[in-house]
Amino acid sequence: MEIPYTVEPRPDTGLYNAKLGIWLFLASEVMLFGALFSTYILLRTGNPNWVQHPMDVPLATLNTMILISSSVTVVLAWAGLRLNNFAQFRKFGILTFLLSAGFMVVKSFEYSAEFSAGLFPWTDNYMAVYFTMTGLHGLHILGGMVVLGYFLGPGAKMWKSNPKQFTNRIEVFGLYWHFVDLVWIFLFPSLYLL
Amino acid sequence: MSGSEEQSVDEHGHADHGDGEHQEEAFIWKYIFSIDHKVIGIQYGLTSLCFLLFGFCLMILMRWQLASPGSPIPWIGTFLGEANAPGGIMLPEFYNQLGAMHGTIMVFLAVVPMIVGAFGNYVVPLQIGAPDMAFPKLNMMSYWVYFVGGIVMLVSFFLPGGAANSGWTSYAPLSIIATMGQTAWLIGMVFLITSSLLGSMNIIVTIFQLRAPGMTWMRLPYFVWAQLVTSFLLVLAFPPLEAAGILQLMDRVAGTSFFMPSGLYVSGEILEYAGGGSVLLWQHLFWFLAHPEVYVLVLPAFGIIAEIIANNTRKPLWGYKALVYSGVFLGFMSFVVWAHHMFMTGMGTVISAFFQTTTMIISIPSVVILTALLISLWGGSIRFNTPMLFALAFLPMFGIGGLTGLPLGLAPTDIHLHDTYYVIGHFHYVVAPGTIFGIFAGIYYWFPKITGRRMNETLGKAHFFFSLIFINGIFFPMFLQGLAGVSRRLYDGGATYSHAAPVLHWNAFMSYAAFGLLAAQLFFIVNFFNSIFRGPPAGDNPWDATTLDMAATTSPPMGHGNFVVVPTVYRGPYEYSPPGAEDSFIPQHVPPEEA
Repeated sequence: MEIPYTVEPRPDTGLYNAKLGIWLFLASEVMLFGALFSTYILLRTGNPNWVQHPMDVPLATLNTMILISSSVTVVLAWAGLRLNNFAQFRKFGILTFLLSAGFMVVKSFEYSAEFSAGLFPWTDNYMAVYFTMTGLHGLHILGGMVVLGYFLGPGAKMWKSNPKQFTNRIEVFGLYWHFVDLVWIFLFPSLYLL
Repeated sequence: MSGSEEQSVDEHGHADHGDGEHQEEAFIWKYIFSIDHKVIGIQYGLTSLCFLLFGFCLMILMRWQLASPGSPIPWIGTFLGEANAPGGIMLPEFYNQLGAMHGTIMVFLAVVPMIVGAFGNYVVPLQIGAPDMAFPKLNMMSYWVYFVGGIVMLVSFFLPGGAANSGWTSYAPLSIIATMGQTAWLIGMVFLITSSLLGSMNIIVTIFQLRAPGMTWMRLPYFVWAQLVTSFLLVLAFPPLEAAGILQLMDRVAGTSFFMPSGLYVSGEILEYAGGGSVLLWQHLFWFLAHPEVYVLVLPAFGIIAEIIANNTRKPLWGYKALVYSGVFLGFMSFVVWAHHMFMTGMGTVISAFFQTTTMIISIPSVVILTALLISLWGGSIRFNTPMLFALAFLPMFGIGGLTGLPLGLAPTDIHLHDTYYVIGHFHYVVAPGTIFGIFAGIYYWFPKITGRRMNETLGKAHFFFSLIFINGIFFPMFLQGLAGVSRRLYDGGATYSHAAPVLHWNAFMSYAAFGLLAAQLFFIVNFFNSIFRGPPAGDNPWDATTLDMAATTSPPMGHGNFVVVPTVYRGPYEYSPPGAEDSFIPQHVPPEEA
């Protein structure tokens, strides 16, 4: 017996299973990052000797641009599938992958510049918060890249057998990807600008 | 669901049946890496029962030490190793490991996996008429992630310095300067949290998406409601602890100072930490999970008890809607009570007043639930079988646990009672003769369905009565000791404190009761294994129940798919003794014209 509503939405909830699943997952992610942001606020406001090291704002701005663009390209990739245009999905999927790789490269330049300036996680709590939160965010990007790589590579053959479900998968991935971008949109001002 | 879909389901049902005849699944795919929710539920159940016994045995060692401090542990002591118990005499460091690991194992490896992983997995899809969980592969993964987490916890006993020894609460800064076992604890916790997240998301999606036609929200068995609220608690409360675990791991491994205050001296030496962190931050993040966790432990037990009470009083639950709304309200409120664990941290009277108030408010839905279950007994012709005995004992036992919690929720009384044995008595009444009795009730209730064979009633009743007597013998004296001011986590049980002297004799009494409780479990173990192989056949509906899990399936339920035809639901879950009907019950899936 097959599991119902894996592809088609259930009429009374209006959702297919994976879409509800990813929203719940994102809710738990909100709580995860919420706890980390709360930690940051509490430690910073509670410490009169807080030191905010100057960060590389131009590089981070570049990275913000990269991530926002990747949010656009992932939507275009999904739209390609909706329009039955697999070539468009491929093009924008690969672009998304390259943009996220670009983000990680820029981030690694930032990290190495900080290390050579003698700034490490154990230097003080600002650096601890910085490395923990951007590191965890980076892991989320990396996880997204693995999943996207799968959908562009071996996972893409589902387009032939079950195009509807494949489109759903890309939609679900897109929701995750927007969330990862959103986290960065919060991280950027709170760590670099404020 | 439309007629055409039912048609296709029917075809698949036949197709599955055909597969079963000519295609034997390999053992490893059928029983080890299975994606069938029933097999995964059984895997969760057996694993967590092992952990339950193991966690209990850790406590038995501790109780030996408390009954006769400094005397060698007979026989078993020689196996504990020179580092832990030279000459069989337990070292204080080892006692601390046992305490921390008893709490961790019981909560995260035994009770939650049992009540959510095993019962949730096995029963929820059957009760809502679903063919499986919404994400079967994710379901398998959540079990194996849990399994790895459990292995990490067990292996940590063999690390240099032994397992984690900073209490199950792992308060900083003690936990940050603790031995390597704490790092293993944190890694194990990350696995267990991940497993819980995967499992609970799966349960929520299953309940929302896979309810059979006609299974509206107010026709859900109360057990399903309890699992739904519980799963939301897990999804939303566990991530902050995961965050806290990551931060503590950073403190221990990467040398950050999230929880390390400035200028901390340990053994006369200043620690090499940048400082500026907050020790209270850990407590906030920890209790933000750990208070909702209490309701994670208790709500599914309410669900099990509700099923069994309705079934064995042969009448509908009293106040089904009140039970549902109370459960949901309880879930919401459980997120705003956490700091009542922290009245002693000096967080100020305003905040204390807030958390006192929310704590008093949350006791209201708990009382509503307990009262509704109690009134449900009124006027019923009660069948006193083993599951019902455990369910009936749950009510007063949980009542004691709940009511003794009120003085802990009020700051003035908590200042006296904080960290005493009174606290231990309180939450063990909630969890041990509360939730664990709920678990046993559930095992005796669903065992005939799961195995197709009945358990022995005489052994079951012996298990129940001895357990009830001994468990009270362990936990009731804790209130007396706690009121006298005896602190918890004392390696000698308070022998060096003069104020403990008048109540010290209870230590031996409690330990004998604990040994008795262990012995009483033999009835269960013998009954369990004997009934699997030699129990009398149970029949498809062993308890004459109305819910789909019992009424619409075979015993044991068929493999993948659960139902030959997806059942359609026509009525609420507890149509027992309907007026004017010939039968004493009408199952949910029987059409009105046939009833």
